[in-house]
Amino acid sequence: MSRKSIVPFGPQHPVFPEPLQLRLVMEDEKVIEALPAIGYVHRGLEKLVEKKDFLQIAFLVERICGICSFIHAQTYCQGIEDLMKIDVPPRAKYLRVIWGEVHRIHSHLLWLGLLADSFGFENYFMQAWRTREAILDIMERTAGGRVMLGTCCVGGVRKDINEQMLGEVLRTLDKVQKDLDNIIVGVTKDYSVRQRTVGVGKVTAEQAQTLGAVGPVAKATGIARDHRTTGYAAYGELGFEPITETAGDCYARTIVRVRELSQSIDLVRKAIKNIPSGPIFTAVKGNPEGETISRAEQPRGEVFYYIKANGTKNLERLRVRTPTFANIPILLMMLPGCDLSDVPVITLSIDPCISCTER
Amino acid sequence: MLGMFNKIFRNLGSRPATRRYPFQKRDSFAGSRGRLEIDIASCIFCGMCAKRCPANALSVSRDPKSWTLDPYCCILCAYCVEVCPKKCLHMNPRHGVSDARAQETAAE
Repeated sequence: MSRKSIVPFGPQHPVFPEPLQLRLVMEDEKVIEALPAIGYVHRGLEKLVEKKDFLQIAFLVERICGICSFIHAQTYCQGIEDLMKIDVPPRAKYLRVIWGEVHRIHSHLLWLGLLADSFGFENYFMQAWRTREAILDIMERTAGGRVMLGTCCVGGVRKDINEQMLGEVLRTLDKVQKDLDNIIVGVTKDYSVRQRTVGVGKVTAEQAQTLGAVGPVAKATGIARDHRTTGYAAYGELGFEPITETAGDCYARTIVRVRELSQSIDLVRKAIKNIPSGPIFTAVKGNPEGETISRAEQPRGEVFYYIKANGTKNLERLRVRTPTFANIPILLMMLPGCDLSDVPVITLSIDPCISCTER
Repeated sequence: MLGMFNKIFRNLGSRPATRRYPFQKRDSFAGSRGRLEIDIASCIFCGMCAKRCPANALSVSRDPKSWTLDPYCCILCAYCVEVCPKKCLHMNPRHGVSDARAQETAAE
């Protein structure tokens, strides 16, 4: 019998954009167990709600994640609006969808680059991020920030996008779609990439269901679980259908995200076509009281906010369960049995966002 | 295979995809939140910006009249610009330089 050894994978590792440690119990080249160690980037943002005004928190929750920041603010604002019975104007809802989907496109493109980087396809990493740059330009032109948009506030949005700018967004998206069509074959058809992803890190729908997987990880096993189907914001009026694959391996997760890229571009196009005119903001009076939960679909899966307010300007409790946190148990299920060289690809395939997870 | 050769010949003849950075700089878009600036002459030192700042980056005092920004704390959300009653705060689209001083104080 061969000897067992423990390989610390991370927290500083070239494939990880953020610090996550996996202690891999190895038998020769095979992983037999993976033990996660998280807590390297905990910032205590949840505690901060007791010190700050509930309107200020909308900016701070955006800083939980450096990639899907807008959707964090949107989820928080939806929760507070639910508590305070605020009717958000329809135009604001559409603008939230536009910014939310643009965020999803930039997050998936970022991930596509990182996945390519995880198996050493540096050229592809550059191409995915070059395409992403056009999306970041859209965000900077419409909201003023490349990733931290800061446009979502309780009661609506802070900034409007005028007709001319909406036209420019559409033109940029046409260009992005063209670029995508060119680069997407690089992961979907390429022999070497398929060798590294097909059949790697396989999970079944049953396992995904039992361990509570969310987002593309669940969708890649055939579970059509996407919070956008509930029709929050303006998704109900845009005819949204979740994308699913059945294989449950790294390749299926890649395909789900690649197809979601085109789907998000279509959703933005539809939202821009149907956007109503009118106000973008409802004035907020008083303080929230009571408790609620608020959920939304982030690029990595469903995010969950629990908000408890006591009628003062400070909230009593804010609890955030982010999609990566929900996907870590399924990751630990994927790793045993794989080779050490597949660990980066499998870990990246859940799209880990550690600063989200630790808040 | 053919596609690869097409790409090789196209790349041989095309310009670089990146900017020649130190010589050619990318300009910020109008409306971009680059850095916070104050027109101190019209400031009334009401302290509204400091009160609303989510990151405690601002401090304002009435006596002596001074307005201080900690650029390392500022999260560039522009909430202060929105709440300023005299509209003396604005966001400059150009980003701050990396050797910004730890404190920027403006006093009358």
